[in-house]
Amino acid sequence: MPESETVIRLEGISQVYVSEREASLVIENLNLQVEQGEFVSLVGPSGCGKTTLLSIIAGLLTPTAGEVKVKGKRIEGPSAQIGYMLQQDYLFPWRTILDNVLIGLELTGSLNEESRGRTRELLAGMGLAGTEAQYPSELSGGMRQRVALVRTLATDPGILLLDEPFSALDYQTKLQLEDLVSDTLKKSGKTSVLVTHDLSEAIAVSDRVIVLDRNPGRIRKEFIIPEDLRNAQPFHAREQPGFNELFQALWSELDQSGGGEKNG
Amino acid sequence: MNQTNQKQEMRDDWMRQLHQSHIQQVAKWRHKVLAVQLSMLVFMFLLWELAGRLRWIDVLLFSYPSKIFNQIWKDIVSGELWAHVGVTVGETAVGFLLGTLVGTLLAVLIWWSPFLSKVLDPYMVVFNSMPKVALGPIFIVMFGAGFTAIVMTTLSITVIITTLVVYNSFNEVDQNYIKVIRTFGGDRSEIFSKVVLPASFPAIVSTLKVNVGMAWVGVIVGEFLVAKQGLGYLIIYGFQVFNFTLVLSSLLIIAAVATAMYQLVVYVERKLLAGRR
Repeated sequence: MPESETVIRLEGISQVYVSEREASLVIENLNLQVEQGEFVSLVGPSGCGKTTLLSIIAGLLTPTAGEVKVKGKRIEGPSAQIGYMLQQDYLFPWRTILDNVLIGLELTGSLNEESRGRTRELLAGMGLAGTEAQYPSELSGGMRQRVALVRTLATDPGILLLDEPFSALDYQTKLQLEDLVSDTLKKSGKTSVLVTHDLSEAIAVSDRVIVLDRNPGRIRKEFIIPEDLRNAQPFHAREQPGFNELFQALWSELDQSGGGEKNG
Repeated sequence: MNQTNQKQEMRDDWMRQLHQSHIQQVAKWRHKVLAVQLSMLVFMFLLWELAGRLRWIDVLLFSYPSKIFNQIWKDIVSGELWAHVGVTVGETAVGFLLGTLVGTLLAVLIWWSPFLSKVLDPYMVVFNSMPKVALGPIFIVMFGAGFTAIVMTTLSITVIITTLVVYNSFNEVDQNYIKVIRTFGGDRSEIFSKVVLPASFPAIVSTLKVNVGMAWVGVIVGEFLVAKQGLGYLIIYGFQVFNFTLVLSSLLIIAAVATAMYQLVVYVERKLLAGRR
């Protein structure tokens, strides 16, 4: 990648969770850099601190040690330049679809005629035109997650954090949405970090896949995805030569890191 | 082509028939319930009337419907009833609205400060388990025998339970909704106004329903203690002069007005929560 610029820089991140019973080390001395426009996936066994790591990058959680820099500036709290997508849509059932996607603009104080118009266009671009006045309960799961994507994109963040956003969807919807998200993010040149359990999803959408160890969480191995897989749409990437070999390599790495659900 | 059209028409007809018969069945069921409900009411009143007239029951104590309706009619015509109903309904409405409002505000306060919530917890538990009407005499001395003391008695019954229920629903709001707000940099007041409050609306409205009943208890007890007016006063007065027809007619009116008030809250609920799941 020529002339790349580091957008996210994690330096010596450690996270300790303290409860009344014990203090447990979730992440230990983790360093990570994500370049401008890069799509990075984090995979790892449960308990490797993937979601914790996203929360730290988002500024929702202050790391016990180490620091997070976004575009060279230290992160102190959530900001409008970072968008976050959760496992489920979590659309507010008391708000209409339009009011739901405008919530970010409301909160950042940038709601005006222009931004409202832009958000309506985003909705239409995701095939959601005509749903503005409906309530979330009237939409299917796939549509709702697309609405959640529009909600995240409405504030035009440069960085997108995706916390297993496809895991609650049925398989077909999941594949369609992967293509849509990957397309949208690539076109707009966003930098993205995806947390997922699904190895083939990680390979299909990413430029780089990072395998994490658990107890405590740290980087075990990095896989750079080859050019031809990267350029293919996620759905077709699965049929490209080299995909299966990569899948096997990732699989064995994950297996050695104590993957699956054994040992709790 | 023609044949497929015909097939489709037949299927549509069949579906329509099924739908129609389903609607009919539902309507039939509803009519049946209503018919039994009404005949139960009529039967009870008839039995009561009969039992009174034939002296199966002590008429002095239990009176009977025609006597009671006569009494109500007399009081309506003389205009005496309206003042009593007005006073009691006024007290109940004020006590019930104020109780819900103060209780909700208190819940907001302790939601805002987890420390305060922890500190106040045992006091609320004690106060909630106490029979609050026992405070009545104190309110009478504090506020004088009248409107304020009665409303205070009502508040003492409604406020704490409202606080507990509403605070509980504040705490049960899904953390992920709050996370959505936080990812956009929203602060605690925005978390409250955009998520916690709207998500708790159903709970608040359902405490309104509970508080209608509570408010009536508070008002009637309050009127027992102090009033010179109101339906509670009529009951106590009827009891003192051994006019149980008056007591029972007051009870009947209370039942009617309380039901009307409850239905009003149900109506408001439907309006407020329209569009939600």
